[in-house]
Amino acid sequence: MTIAVVVFPGTNCERDVTHALGLVGADAELAWHKDRDLGGASGVVLPGGFAHGDYLRTGAIARFSPIMAEVERLASEGVPIIGICNGFQILCEAGILPGALIANRDLKFICKPIHLRVESTDSVLTRAAQVGRVLRIPLNSYEGNYIATDIDTVEDAGNVILRYSDPRGTVDDRSDPNGSTNSIAGVTNENRNVAGLMPHPERAIEEILGSSDGRVLFESFVASVEAVHA
Amino acid sequence: MIYAFVVHIGRKAGLSDPEGTTTGKALRDLGFRGVGNVAFGRTITLEIDADSQDAARIKVDEMCQKLLANPVMEHYTIEAVS
Repeated sequence: MTIAVVVFPGTNCERDVTHALGLVGADAELAWHKDRDLGGASGVVLPGGFAHGDYLRTGAIARFSPIMAEVERLASEGVPIIGICNGFQILCEAGILPGALIANRDLKFICKPIHLRVESTDSVLTRAAQVGRVLRIPLNSYEGNYIATDIDTVEDAGNVILRYSDPRGTVDDRSDPNGSTNSIAGVTNENRNVAGLMPHPERAIEEILGSSDGRVLFESFVASVEAVHA
Repeated sequence: MIYAFVVHIGRKAGLSDPEGTTTGKALRDLGFRGVGNVAFGRTITLEIDADSQDAARIKVDEMCQKLLANPVMEHYTIEAVS
């Protein structure tokens, strides 16, 4: 059981993600964006960064990298896939996840720990967490402002898995760092096998990093991969 | 023949536009009166080698749908300039 961590030109944190997956007991291997075959990977992570410089729009060029045809195929087959930050933006551009990410409300790059409230455990990223649990995880993005023309559809389908909140789990405009619609920080797809989030859980994986709250998200993902693989 | 086009890409109505909102506020703060909605977009100039302008425009439209615009959040118009 191997999880592929996809590297585009401009990707970062791919080694942090690999380390995080190792900490929760999974084998991970880096895959280059020009690969066309993920060799039977049981799960896929699209990490953060600035793939292809984020030219045109975040994720717009990356979604046409050769590897993405394979990622789309695996997504349609039910393989667990997650996108972190830029990886989330790429999955949205590819139409695998609903919505899009635009410039932050205050037009500032945000790099700080924020709080997230778990909204649903029906996703490959949250199944080991509890609804209402608050996680402290770093956010690191300029284009993290979530929008969707069909926001009611996204909400009604239960596709919202994480919202920005205050430390006590209250969700309002003040606890929404970047202006995301309905404070949405993470979503899943209809089939519940693909999920994305803007914050970086791999940067909150051990206490030495200031928080280990990101760990439960990787545990969820690895448990999801094992469930499909079993 | 080479045909030139300007593609204008903008955010769909109803979706937030932080650049536009902030710029509109800055203009009002500077004392400009009567400033209503301010919207940001992107302009892309393209030269296309094709047999006719119509054929070139069809290509540009395909490019907009596939890459240049994100249909989830953007609309676009194509203007022929030569």
